[in-house]
Parts: sequence; structure tokens; C-alpha cells
Amino acid sequence: MRMHRLLALALIASTLLMATDALAQAVPPVTPITGGSPTLSAEDTPAPEPTENLDIGISTEEIAITSDFRGADLTIFGAIDGFNPRLLAQGKYDIVVALEGPKENATVRRKERVFGIWINRHSMTFESVPQSYSLSSTRDIERIAPAGEINNIGIGVDHMRLEPVGFLGDGSNVGAFRDAFRRLKEASGIYQRDPGGVQFISASLFRATVRLPANVPNGTHLVRAYLFRDGAFVSARALQLRVVKTGLEQAITRAAHEQPFFYGLFAVLIAVITGWLASVVFRRD
Amino acid sequence: MTVYLPIAELSVNILIILGMGAAVGFLSGMFGVGGGFLITPLLIFYNIPPVVAVATGANQVVASSISGAITHFRRGTIDIKLGTVLLCGGLAGASAGIWIFALLRRLGQLDLVISLAYVILLGTVGGLMLAESLRALRRAARNEAMPLRRPGHHSWVHRLPLKMRFKKSKIYLSVLPVIALGFCIGVLTSVMGVGGGFIMVPAMIYLLRIPTNVVVGTSLFQIIFVSAYTVIVQATANYTVDIVLAFFLMIAGVIGAQYGVRVGQKLRGEQLRALLAILVLAVGIRLAVELVIPPAEIYSIVSSMASY
Repeated sequence: MRMHRLLALALIASTLLMATDALAQAVPPVTPITGGSPTLSAEDTPAPEPTENLDIGISTEEIAITSDFRGADLTIFGAIDGFNPRLLAQGKYDIVVALEGPKENATVRRKERVFGIWINRHSMTFESVPQSYSLSSTRDIERIAPAGEINNIGIGVDHMRLEPVGFLGDGSNVGAFRDAFRRLKEASGIYQRDPGGVQFISASLFRATVRLPANVPNGTHLVRAYLFRDGAFVSARALQLRVVKTGLEQAITRAAHEQPFFYGLFAVLIAVITGWLASVVFRRD
Repeated sequence: MTVYLPIAELSVNILIILGMGAAVGFLSGMFGVGGGFLITPLLIFYNIPPVVAVATGANQVVASSISGAITHFRRGTIDIKLGTVLLCGGLAGASAGIWIFALLRRLGQLDLVISLAYVILLGTVGGLMLAESLRALRRAARNEAMPLRRPGHHSWVHRLPLKMRFKKSKIYLSVLPVIALGFCIGVLTSVMGVGGGFIMVPAMIYLLRIPTNVVVGTSLFQIIFVSAYTVIVQATANYTVDIVLAFFLMIAGVIGAQYGVRVGQKLRGEQLRALLAILVLAVGIRLAVELVIPPAEIYSIVSSMASY
């Protein structure tokens, strides 16, 4: 693990050296931490001829949520390894970087009018979908590769896998529920896309910026980078990113979950003291 | 200025939270109600997950009722005995309410039931109060005496068994309707995050015919305990009490309440009741409209954790 990390670091560093000119203006001083973290499984990366490879590093492995957290930008550096200089010069390489939040089942409900009032009548649960999703790419992913290819890999809000759980009496409205899910997630800002968020800062070195919204879920996120050559998927890499509460926030969350009774008692006590203090401070007799 | 709420797991603008707390506190001080029926819908409207809003609303109610109850205690306008009997029903009701809460949440109809309950309760209570206070105002305008207590007039409530003498309130009343009232309010506290003062006060005045001067203090007295109980149970069972959110709400709330009390003292009883009735009706109508008009978005997403 340690060796792997050093190797990757050396690789990034050498690439950085090659691109010092561009970096001088463009890159804030960051120490890239590269992970020997999970490369994608065979199922996720059906790389036919692994000629080109991706290497990525992120400026931090952990995003701390403090009391004034208003969202954050995560910068991901990467390099294309073993590229074909001719194709590179023609701009045939495209990079897509996605930040996937922790996965969970999500239920979409649909209201219908019953006796004049609108109530939730139908629902559909999608299995294991990311709670948050930020996509950054060299250009609009629809133009990077054919829809079929993107669907297979499942990148992008419009192409991620949304598999309903359980019995569906009538499969005809799955599409409507999927569309609603995507629309709502994007409208709330928890799913984002930035076509143009990945920039080449030298021939083969790129920088991607993905946005973490203020309501980013806690847990282990996955940074996934995909390399496309002339509209065809070539390879992918993934790194873990932890989003954690810190300090007081973390202490409160732990207390609420580990000592819920005393936490509740404490909440009441605070209320009692506040109420009592107010009546003392504002006493007028 | 933003602050991160650890349990609701989102960042909010602290000034908006303080403003909400102060506004609701002002109204609650003015009318002698806990303000839970205003704070919970407001929090939900501000994207706080409903489960967190309900539990945290109850916590804020504790603070505002304590501060109100202490004032009433000093003035000697709390009937502790009556409050304790109400409380017995209230605790049982709150326990039943937590169970109902969990059941409805499983069925996915909690928000509908909450909205419907709000509409029916606020509509009925607001309507009755408005009609009564308008009658009283008209009577006052004609300089007639207010027949609030009619000694000769006994309703069915006064024919029930198990009577008990409540010295402070100067009434002789069966404990059954008192416990039943406490129970209903207890259910509402845990399901809707309200203290229930807006229902309890009129019910005590019109149904049980308890003298107005002890009603507010006594209802506050029992609301403290029922909502404190609800906070502890919600924290233990659902982990949904956000202490940071509650703290900011109650700080602003208790300060707002003090100014509310001062304004309230300048108004006459029936004027106050008419204004409260209008406020209650307005909230009810607002929720009713939401149920009836076609929603802009008929879909909604629920994640497995912090929402219905």
C-alpha cells in the first residue's frame, strides 16, 4: 500500500514537473495524496485494451464539516498515462470525474387527488442510489460518448442505474418515477453536473473541480474518474473521500446516537434553564 | 451567517432561525400558547426534515412554556392539582402518540395525517373561538356583563362520575373529561410537535368551564411536562432532536415571548381571543389550501433516514 502510494506520488510529481509553467498560475499549493484505493472492479471497468491508464489524486482525503460549512470545492488532479500523443494533440481524450455520495435506497412518492385532496398514492423505491452526485467533465457527457456506452457505465445523472425494488404491478410508469427522481435531486442541488469542470493544464495532466453542496451527506464518498478515447471508454480509477463531522458537531451526533436518553434529558435541561433565565432576566414586579 | 445542524444534517441561515424563533415567541407570549403549532410548520417549510422539526419543536415548547409558567406561578394563577390530573392523561396520550407516529411513518402517510389533523383542529378551534370572541366583543360594545360562568347551566360534562374538588379553580369537576382532554393533547404533542395550548385553553374554558385566569397557567404547567417527556422519548427512539436548532429557537423564542406578553397585557381578553382565533384559522386555511390545490410537484423523494 505504502509503496503503491509513493509510486503514484512520484508519478504525479514528475508529471507536475513537466507542466510547471501551466501550474505556476493555475494550481493552488496542494499536496496531492494519491490513494492506492480500490481500482474499479472488473464489472465496472470493461476495459478492452488497457493501453491508456488514469492516475488521480485529491487534495484531501477527508472533508470536515464544521459549524460554518457552506459546501466545498474538491479539486482532483490526474494524469493520462501511456497516451497516444497524436490523439492527445487532436483532443480525442475526454475525462469525466464523478463524486458519488454514500448509497442508500430512495423512495419516490407520487401524489394523486383523492376526494379533492392530494395524497401520496404510489411509490417506487430505487435500490442503492448515491445520496449525492457531482459530475465534472471535459465537455457535455452526451457528446463524449454514445448514449449506450454511457448507460452501460452508468455515469451522469441521466444515465445512472435506477433499479426499482420489489414487485411492480405495472412497469409502465418506471420511467416517470425515474425522471422525477432525477429532476428532484437536481433541483435540490444535491445532484450536480459541470460540463467543463475538467480542464487540461498540460498535455496529459488535468484538473477537475467537483462541488460538494452544503447539505452533502456524511460518510464515505467515491471519486471516480473515467477516461474516454474518441468516444470509447478506456479506463477508470476510484478514490475514497470521507465526509465527516468534526468537533462539536461530531460530539453532538455521537451523543445523540450513543446516549440518546441522556441527550434528550440534556436537551430538556437546556430548555428549562433557558426558560428560567428568561423569566429571571425579564422579571418585572 | 450559517450554522450547521448536526442532527438535521444541513446548514441553515442562523438569522432566519432566530427570526422564526423570535416571531413565534412573540405570538406565544402574547396569546399564552406554546407556539408549537407555528414553529413546526415553519421549520418544515424551511426544509428541516419533518421528523426533526416535530421533535425539536417540542423542545422549543418546553423552554417557552417554562418561562411562561414561572410568570404565572408567581402570580398564583396555576392550579397544580388540576394540572397534575391533566398531566396523567397527557403522559399516557404522548406514549400512544409516539406509537401512532411510528405506525403512520411506516405507512408513508404521516405528513397527510399531520396536515389533515392540523386543518381539522385549527379550523374547528379557530372557528369556534372567533365566533365566541366576536359575540363577546359585541356584548362588550353594548356594555353588557359577560356571562362566562353560568352557575345554573350544567352540561353533560358536569354529570360524569369521579368528581374532584379543585380549590384554586373553584370548581367541582369529574376527573374523566380532564384526563381525556390531557390524553388527546398528549397524542397531538408527540404526533404534531405542538404543545396543544391552542386547543387546551379553549377546551378548558368552554368545555370544562374552568375560570379563565387559571387556564393559561395550568395548561402551560402540564405542557412543560408532556413536551419534555416527548423530547426525551423522541431523542431515545428516533434520534431526531437537534439540540443546536432547538437552542437557537428557544433563545430567540423566550426573548420574543417577553415582548409578546407585554403587548398581550395591553389587550382585553376577548380581543386577544379574537386575534388568536384569526391566527389559528389562518394557519389552518393555509394548510387546507395546500392539500386541495394541485401541487406544483406531485413527486417527492424520501430517503431511508431523516424524513417520513
